[in-house]
Amino acid sequence: MNDVILYAVISLSAIGVAAAVILYFVAQKFKVIEDPKIDEVEEALPSANCGGCGYAGCRAFAENIVKAGSLEGFNCPVGGNSVMAVVAKVMGLEAEEKEPMIAVLRCNGSRQNASMKVKYDGPETCAFAHNLYAGESGCPYGCLGLADCVVVCDFDALYMDKVTGLPVVVADKCVACGACVKACPRNIFELRNKGKKDRRIFVSCINEEKGAPAKKNCNVACIGCGKCVKVCAFDAITLVNNLAYIDYEKCKLCRKCAPECPTNAIHELNFPPRKPKPEKKVETPEKPVPIETVKA
Amino acid sequence: MKTFKLGGVHPPENKFSSSEAIQTLPIPKKVFVSVSQHLGAPATVLVKRGDEVKTGQLIAKSSGFISANIHSPVTGKVSKLDNVMDQSGYKRPAIIIDTTEDVWEDGIDTTPDINREITLTKDEIIKRINEMGVVGLGGATFPTHVKMMVPDGKKAEYLIINGVECEPYLTSDHRLMLEKGEEMLIGTTILMKALGVAKAIVGIESNKPDAIQHLTQLATKFNGITVQALKVKYPQGGEKQLIKALTGREVPSAKLPIETGCVVDNVGTAFAVYEAVQKNKPLIERVVTVTGKAAKKPSNFRVRVGTPISELIEHAGGVPENLGKIIGGGPMMGKALMSAEAPIVKGSSGILLMPLEESDRAAMKSCIRCARCVSACPMGLEPYLIAQEVSHKMWDRTEADKVMDCIECGSCQYTCPSGRPLLDYIRLGKFKVGQIIRSRGKN
Repeated sequence: MNDVILYAVISLSAIGVAAAVILYFVAQKFKVIEDPKIDEVEEALPSANCGGCGYAGCRAFAENIVKAGSLEGFNCPVGGNSVMAVVAKVMGLEAEEKEPMIAVLRCNGSRQNASMKVKYDGPETCAFAHNLYAGESGCPYGCLGLADCVVVCDFDALYMDKVTGLPVVVADKCVACGACVKACPRNIFELRNKGKKDRRIFVSCINEEKGAPAKKNCNVACIGCGKCVKVCAFDAITLVNNLAYIDYEKCKLCRKCAPECPTNAIHELNFPPRKPKPEKKVETPEKPVPIETVKA
Repeated sequence: MKTFKLGGVHPPENKFSSSEAIQTLPIPKKVFVSVSQHLGAPATVLVKRGDEVKTGQLIAKSSGFISANIHSPVTGKVSKLDNVMDQSGYKRPAIIIDTTEDVWEDGIDTTPDINREITLTKDEIIKRINEMGVVGLGGATFPTHVKMMVPDGKKAEYLIINGVECEPYLTSDHRLMLEKGEEMLIGTTILMKALGVAKAIVGIESNKPDAIQHLTQLATKFNGITVQALKVKYPQGGEKQLIKALTGREVPSAKLPIETGCVVDNVGTAFAVYEAVQKNKPLIERVVTVTGKAAKKPSNFRVRVGTPISELIEHAGGVPENLGKIIGGGPMMGKALMSAEAPIVKGSSGILLMPLEESDRAAMKSCIRCARCVSACPMGLEPYLIAQEVSHKMWDRTEADKVMDCIECGSCQYTCPSGRPLLDYIRLGKFKVGQIIRSRGKN
């Protein structure tokens, strides 16, 4: 009886030793030599796997940085400058300071500003509605309000405002990964500079129609009048296809353009209130109100 | 009675306007002629602002192999070249013409006499069809001359004339068969000559016994044309279903009907071909049904292309009080209109006025896996599965489940007890997968 146990223990041990020896040689033969820096870089990254950097995930981003050996063209929008500084330290390089970005909704066609002309009762997805028709307000460029952007946001940085029917960017949470930019079938979101003290000026409209048809569907549409272009001292505003665009790299946030806009299409965010000019009285009490009021 | 086997539904027919004779609608003051009324590339505009045009004059030229000429539907002055809202609310380039007294271009025979003798040769016929801008009037608006050119290595055996009109409510083809039956059959003979086929079958559903009788009688005078009555079943008017019902042949997945030796044309197209070849008349008018439970006076109109839809509704008794939706096309495949100011195009077969109480969609509930959509699908697809995959953006699996074979007949959505927007999701899937397939071709 004791013999049986003894034989079993000996034979199993022998098999175990043989297998260990084989595995040792196999492991030597098929060893993958990986730069330990990859792990270190990955460790520094936020592990959100959002794809905002343009790579398939944080690991792929780390692999590509180590492979390239430089930081040129690499940026983790989620981690920002602090994370990129750690990555640079691991790599033994200097990190370039980048201005933080934020997603901006370039449409103010809220239910108040762009009245509803038809009612949509199809599936709740912008991708389908965009293929089907122009939109409830009739504006073929404006926000459809079916929240494809909110669904794709991994950072809880977007929510639908129930009153306006438009998505709202939460400045605190937005990391500028660009998921909403890709998800929007109408390309309404844009990544812009976060700006000094979180202050931003942008044209909140992407309607390329001429003035009359654009204004017919929405009170706050850019009508392409060009007044803002004339008043800008820094050459930051261009007018293409009846639509003004403010270049955030040239813009000095002087705020001269916003009061010029006859339709209030230019938004200024997080600025202190203007001092009211004594001679100019408010003519129309029902002037459309900019809706993005969420302050960091 | 013959029919196709797989799937299909039988919605209430509601053919209110089937006994209303076709009336000619007065020419409107302004017409909006879209330059993309057909499948394929938009036509190139030949006129400019201020030009005087005559009825039947070429105003936009075909701009590619799959494209079609567009002729002026009225006499008048081009007031503007502008973007005009189409039925989806998007703006597309169009030619706007202020009409004056109707004067036809020289060489167009506008008399009602029937011209029976076919003098043109095969190639001349195809060239004439191309020049006159004839497109498939069943709804898909595929340029007819392209269909007539059978690719090398393939042989056409049958010409199938589609008089099924399986969409509920619509009666434009029915009326055309009754009133212009002989012209339509001459058109069929012309198409047979162009294709080089000896046999043509006119398929008509048995809910139109008067049309079947009328055409059977007329067809005895024509060589090789037979009329076949079909069991009423939606979507029998689909090309692939009709081929299956009439010949028993099945079009393979992702292939054209010519694989089975069949070419299918609508009765409206056959009539347009007759007018183009025998009368030299371009395709500038068509028969449109204005109907629906809310319509005050369901009617069939012969309308010039470019007429605003509001004009048709006005002549059919005006806008009803309980109007819920205006649908361009039939209730199964049509789309709700964004605006009644949108113009009639070559592919518009009907305008449906839906009452308020019927127009709201049922609330969407969860899929209960009853598989009614699977048994209703005439293409043998699994709509519930495809819709699910599309909503999860699984485009590879959507493609593997043959979303591109969907003919968008809407049978699945019609049978769904949970009110799920299956067709909507499938349409989105077709669009996305189509994009992926095209981008693959480029790389």
